[in-house]
This record gives sequence, C-alpha cells and structure tokens, in this order.
Amino acid sequence: MKKTCNVDIRRLSRVEGHGNIRIKIKNGKLMEARWEVVETPRFFEAILKGKKWDNAPWITGRICGICSIGHTLTSIRAVENAFGIIPDEQTKKLRLILKHMETLQSHTLHLSFLVLPDFMKTGSVFPLIKSHEDVVLRAARIKKLANDICDCVGGRRMHPTRTVVGGFTMLPEKEELRGFGERLKKIVEDLMLVAELVRGFSLPDFVRETEFVSLKGDGDYPFIGGDLVSSDGVRMREEDYKKMTNEYMTEQSTSKWCRLSRESFAVGALARLNNNFEFLHPAAREVAGSFGLTPVNHNPFMNNIAQLVECVHVVKESTRLIDELLDSELKDSRQKVIARSGIGVAAVEVPIGILYHSYEFDDDGRIVKSDCVIPTGQNHANIQLDLEGIAKEYAARGKTDMELELLAAMLVRAYDPCISCSVH
Amino acid sequence: MDEREPGARTYLGVPLYRPKVAFFEFTSCEGCQLQVLNKEDTLLDFLSLVEVVNFREAMTEQSDDYEIAFVEGSITRDDDVKRLKKIRKNAKVLVALGSCACFGGVNQLKNRFKDLNFVKTEVYGRHPIDSGPVRTLEEIVKVDLKIYGCPVKKEEVEKIVLHIAIGKSIVFPKYPVCMECKRNENICLFELGEPCLGPVTRAGCDSWCPDNRAGCWGCRGPADDPNLDQMKKIMLEKGFSEETLLDRLECFGGFSSLMKKGNVNEKDL
Repeated sequence: MKKTCNVDIRRLSRVEGHGNIRIKIKNGKLMEARWEVVETPRFFEAILKGKKWDNAPWITGRICGICSIGHTLTSIRAVENAFGIIPDEQTKKLRLILKHMETLQSHTLHLSFLVLPDFMKTGSVFPLIKSHEDVVLRAARIKKLANDICDCVGGRRMHPTRTVVGGFTMLPEKEELRGFGERLKKIVEDLMLVAELVRGFSLPDFVRETEFVSLKGDGDYPFIGGDLVSSDGVRMREEDYKKMTNEYMTEQSTSKWCRLSRESFAVGALARLNNNFEFLHPAAREVAGSFGLTPVNHNPFMNNIAQLVECVHVVKESTRLIDELLDSELKDSRQKVIARSGIGVAAVEVPIGILYHSYEFDDDGRIVKSDCVIPTGQNHANIQLDLEGIAKEYAARGKTDMELELLAAMLVRAYDPCISCSVH
Repeated sequence: MDEREPGARTYLGVPLYRPKVAFFEFTSCEGCQLQVLNKEDTLLDFLSLVEVVNFREAMTEQSDDYEIAFVEGSITRDDDVKRLKKIRKNAKVLVALGSCACFGGVNQLKNRFKDLNFVKTEVYGRHPIDSGPVRTLEEIVKVDLKIYGCPVKKEEVEKIVLHIAIGKSIVFPKYPVCMECKRNENICLFELGEPCLGPVTRAGCDSWCPDNRAGCWGCRGPADDPNLDQMKKIMLEKGFSEETLLDRLECFGGFSSLMKKGNVNEKDL
C-alpha cells in the first residue's frame, strides 16, 4: 500500500488545449489537487471591438477547431437577435441538422479517438488501427458521415462557409439530402456496436453531487436558444445568461471560471441529459437505460455515456429533419440584414455544453462590446472540485502514482474539455 | 507483409521512406491539427506514410526524436518562444501549419490596437495576464515550409508530406483564387453582390469559400504581385466600403506586410 503519491501532468494529452494536473498525497492525506489552465489567450472580445457585425460569425467561429459550427451558429443567433431577424422554418431545420452533425462528429472523436485508448490501455488510437481495425473503421465511418453532412449543409466541416446572418449562402440539393438520410438510417447499427463495446468497459464509480446547467427543452431536447435551467431549480431567460454564469478570475487559470448556486456547476451532455431526459428520442433513452443512466446522475464519467446517448438522439432527429425537408420545397430564403443598435444574446448547446455569445451594436452595426462564455470555462471549477474529491477518495485507498495519474487524466477527459476555447 | 508496416510502401517501385513526424500547437484553435484527423477516407493511408511520434491532441506518448515538425499557432508568450526553439532544434524540417503559424491568423487582429494593455483590460479587467504581441513562427525561428489556410486543406497537407517522403520539391500556386474559382465554373461573387478577395489571394484552396458562395477573406495571404489598388477600385465600384476591404485584408494577417500598419486608437471606439 503506497500512501504517498505525486502526480504532475504537464499539458494533458488527448484533450483540446493546454491544461496541467497536479496531485500531492502524503501519508494518505491529500496535500494538493489542482487543475491548471495554462493556455495562451487570444482576446476575441477585444478583437471584435469596432468590427462590423458580419465579422462576428466569421471570426468567432475560429475560437474553436472542434465546435466551430457551434460558435458560428451562436454568433449568428446573437446578431439576428440584436437585429430582430427571425429565421424561417427551413433555415432553422438546416441549422439544427448542422448542429446535430457537429455533435455527432465531436462526440465520436471524443469517445472513439480520445477516450477509448484509456480503456484499451494504449496511448492513442493509432495502435488500435492494427489490433482493433473494425472498431477504428466504425468510428471513422460515423465521423465521416457527420462531417460529410456538415460539408454539404454548412459548406465546410470546420469553419463553415455557407452559414451567414439571415440564412444560408447556398442550399443542399435534395438528392444529397436523400443520400444522407439513407446513410443516417444505416449508421444506427454502427452506433449500437459502439454502445456494445462501451458496455464492456467499467467506468470509475466516483460520485460527487453537483449542479447541472443547460438549456431547458420546450417539447424538444434543446440545442438552439430557449430558457436556461439548473438541476438546483434555477430558471432564467437566455438574455440573463450573465446571472447564470457569474464569471470570475482565479490565479490557477487563464480561463475564467463560473458558479451559480454552489461553488461549481457542470455543463455538457450529462447536464443536458439530466435536465431534459424526457425529451430524448425513445431509441436514445433506451441506450441510456441499458447503461443505467437516469436523471439526475452525478458521476462525471457518465458524461461519456451521455455523449453516446446523444449520438443516437441526433442521428434519429436528423433523419426526421431530412425527411421533413424532402417533403417540402427547398427555396432560397436568405434574409436581407438591416443593422441597428441594440444587444443580442444567444445560448446554444454545443457538444461540450452550453455556449453564450452576446454583442452590443451601435447604429451602424459596429460591435461596441462583446462577450463569449464558453462551456469548458463553466466546467473548470467543477473539474477542480471533482479532482479534489477523487484524489481524496483514492488517497485513502492507497493508489500508485500511475493509477492515480490515469484516473485523474480520465476524469478531466470525461468532460471533453475544449481548453483553448475556454480561454479564447 | 502488411501494407502498413514501415517501409512497405513503394512509389514507382522504390520503397518509400517513412519519416517520423511530430505535431505541436501554440496559440490557436487546434483546428489545423484536427483537419489532419478529419479526412477519414485517407486517414489510414496518411498514417502509413508517416510515423507519428508526437500529437498531444490525439496521443499520450511523446518523443524528441522526429524529423518533420508540424507547428500550428502563433506565438504570444516567452515560454512558448522557448518551446518553439526546442522544436526547431529537434526537427530537420519545420512546417508552419495554417494561417496562425504563417501570419498570426485571426489572433493578430489584436495587434491592430495601439495599446496592448487595452486588449488585456477589455477581457480580463485588472487581473494580470501574461501575453505579448502576436508573432508568427518565422519571427522567431527559421521556417522551412508554410501550409496556408484557415483551416488548412488536408489534401494539401497530404501532398506536401508525400513530396517530403519521396524527396520531390514543393511548388505552391502563385496565381490568385480567381483562377481556381473560374475553373470551378462559379458565378463571380461580385455578380452576386458579395465582396471577395479572390483576385489578390494566393490559390491552392481550390476556391473553397467561393465554391460555397462565400466571398474570400484572404486566409492564404497574397498571390504573387497582388494588385491591391485595383482590388480597392473593384470593391468601391461594386458598392463596398473601404472598411469592408480592410476587414478582410487584415483578418488573417497574410496581407499585413503590404498594408499600412493597422493603428487603431482604442480611444476612438
């Protein structure tokens, strides 16, 4: 039994961005557990100052390489809200399909390329190409389908081109949509095989009660806009996001941290699922059930499972949306943009959690003030407290450095952190 | 022999050399590295062409033994200068991956302000934060090759890696995006009422944005001998403001050497 442990991970691997984990245990007593964010800031809010409205989605989409579609759509919604533009049904559906496919590609990247190696006891997905070719090819197939749809609907899988304030610069052909509809129906089988594989893994049984924040669905599992809700019973309007996030600085991070009713809260797939379980597609609920995942679940490692559940949900929902679009006439419905002064706020559920953009415009549509509150920024405090909790628990049990190092890394990875995004 | 065994691949019957490559990132969105994983069709082929020994976003193992370093991002902090110099020392070939590494990317937009303290206070208030002006890789170390774009195109990355592996020289297009756009039979974006930097931006992206009816923002920097005066004339003739032109020219930093240094006085905002 080793009662003294020292974990010092610099620039944790298999996550987006730069974060360190430090844990010190002496004679079975936890001395220190720290989640440090050392990422260099890019100052997006300052960059936007004085820029015209049309720069906002183009520039802020570059905050993140993984959820650039999410940032672009959030930015567009904030500008549209400021200018009083209401997207029509067709635009809403196409945007939602894009959103869903980004979720599918991001969750798949996370589960099968970043998390999977921990359970297969490898350092990366690369050796699995030889030892578990079918598993890797299956994940690549799912990711490819999601990305192909993003290419088609959004113009590009990363930093999309067709998505603009007022609608789309170009629409997909019905033939293309029909093909994607067919592929989506077939991909469900692949997802079920991923579920079967994941069922074979034993997730750490760590539980720490916390608050979960997400959008609140209004008849649907929510993704774009709507009320904000927390599992502690807080409910607010989208415009009041600042009261829901309460950003503050800490010396251990270049990213801001957030809090609401407690010292920390969590956002992401598990938060969405905990707050909106009843709105999940029945097939997705069934997968959740097969993992014993029901609300409110307080095991942070279950975020991996919640992501898998959401993959099933977004595939089923996208199939429905494509069918609806095929039944209607696709028409160019891009709206003319007339800039005006005012403030526009948008809340969108991106893969990692709820994302907010807010812009204040002058009469000419120039940005006077902007604010982006990033999901991982909202998760940092929760990660810190989980890390302390898990280190404390394991300090008592006497784990080796290696065991604790892996567990701590897996904990942070479970949040699917987008660290450079959180610092932006 | 397994096709993916090192050295098993051949080109015109000659065994291909499988270089050890490393990926690193500095101030960026890490999207360009992700683009390397993002083309699922050719991912396995690509991985058989090279031996990846460093790729923090995707793998835990690390090594200082590599020949080609792909470096994403711009430089804003002293500890990053040190890290970059070490990479330069280890690598035979250092490739700047994407517009942030080549030009500073969208990050360099903060350099347009006279007072960098204003930039810090706008975001962090009084909280102290360590960050200097945005610099390109080339301002700090020798860069052997540049892969332009925000994001980079995987096809181009693959072509370059293949050329390195077979020792073939790498030629980038000198002509503007307009050439590719015309070849792709697009309607000129100016005809559709969109501003576009296609006439002055270096090609190689296969007119990625114009193909989707989005005007070019110059993310690959200038083509050879760009005629900026004529570009300005077209923009004004088509009813776009000088501000719209400037927004695009300064967005990714590729044109910064051709322009008056952006000196925005934050007090005027």
